[in-house]
Amino acid sequence: MHELSIAMNIVEIVEENAATHEVNSVSDVEIDVGRMSGVVIDALRFALEEAVKSSVMESATICINEIPAKSKCLACSHEFEPNDIIAVCPECGHLYADIINGKELKIKKIKFLE
Amino acid sequence: MCGTCGCGQEDKISITRPGKENQHDHIHSHEHEHDGSKHSHSHTHSHSHDEGHEHHHHDEHDHGDHHHHHEHEKEIVLEQDVLQKNNLLAERNRGYFEGRNIMAINLVSSPGSGKTSLLEKTITKLKEEIPFYIIEGDQQTLNDANRIMATGAPVVQINTGSGCHLDASMVNRALKELDVSEDAVLMIENVGNLVCPAMFDLGEAHRLVIISVTEGDDKPIKYPDMFRSSDICIINKTDLLPYVDFDIEKAKDYALRVNHQLKFFELSAKSGEGMDAWFTWLKESIKKQPIED
Repeated sequence: MHELSIAMNIVEIVEENAATHEVNSVSDVEIDVGRMSGVVIDALRFALEEAVKSSVMESATICINEIPAKSKCLACSHEFEPNDIIAVCPECGHLYADIINGKELKIKKIKFLE
Repeated sequence: MCGTCGCGQEDKISITRPGKENQHDHIHSHEHEHDGSKHSHSHTHSHSHDEGHEHHHHDEHDHGDHHHHHEHEKEIVLEQDVLQKNNLLAERNRGYFEGRNIMAINLVSSPGSGKTSLLEKTITKLKEEIPFYIIEGDQQTLNDANRIMATGAPVVQINTGSGCHLDASMVNRALKELDVSEDAVLMIENVGNLVCPAMFDLGEAHRLVIISVTEGDDKPIKYPDMFRSSDICIINKTDLLPYVDFDIEKAKDYALRVNHQLKFFELSAKSGEGMDAWFTWLKESIKKQPIED
């Protein structure tokens, strides 16, 4: 259940930014979560429901973007979206690939009324 | 904030040197909890005016004179890593390790795969050659720290309460308690959990994932995040191979397909088979710690 720690980190970062701009409520928070980030989006949503209480995010609309994964084949450098954890390169059939996208876990933007 | 239940109070993490239980100040005492619950009613009214009005009036009746102040929506592009704080602190730990030529290894696995046994055997065998320091992470008890203390190595126990992983700040606090000497190996035994610790950099030089042959050989693809974030994989309890269905080649193949950079050791901490390769690697690695520009 590390999603709760993640959710609390999100609230903390948004609170810090809200304080910088001297607002006590934000209306929108947009978060990028990569498919390979290790975060389960449903669990994060659930954790956020609790974590936002009594915070500047309490009434915010939270938008979570799921970022697709991208792998690069170690043999032929072909870039592809792995459909499985142990994806095979669709070009050359090689078994090993590096992940080049999909590990994102960041707060993209926030919106508020000032 | 409390990483255990999200209650907004300080966490209840304790860091203890075995044998010094009574003298130790628990970091963030429990008093906060009581204070919080007594005063929790205080902010219900204060904010409601500012926040409520902008939205509610619009849809009900549009009375001509909007007396709103000139509020406009502002968008801030943050692009900020959610784990930035942990990552920054992990880098501070890493700098401390580098400055003192300490090789830090983060041991991760499911509960019961033999992390503590591996540590006991390794310390006992190599303690004349390498100074070992140990940080033990568990939800509760000093049991593992007591086992390590029996080997003679300095050890600190972090109890995470209900927390499922160690993070860089816990390790940072434990380091202040442990005072690791120069040219040492610091073993950080994470909470037994093959999921959550994967996301939290502690500042280690190596992340070592352990699986034992009494587990399924498909563990690497069931819990890929941990295998992907590690650089060393120990397959433990090989003395039990004749009695179980674990296919070691299949496990390695799965692990490599998740992370083709993994280095493997197959060993039994109990019987000692395969331990020499691991000992050699440790001795060689401490000699050639990378110096970064």
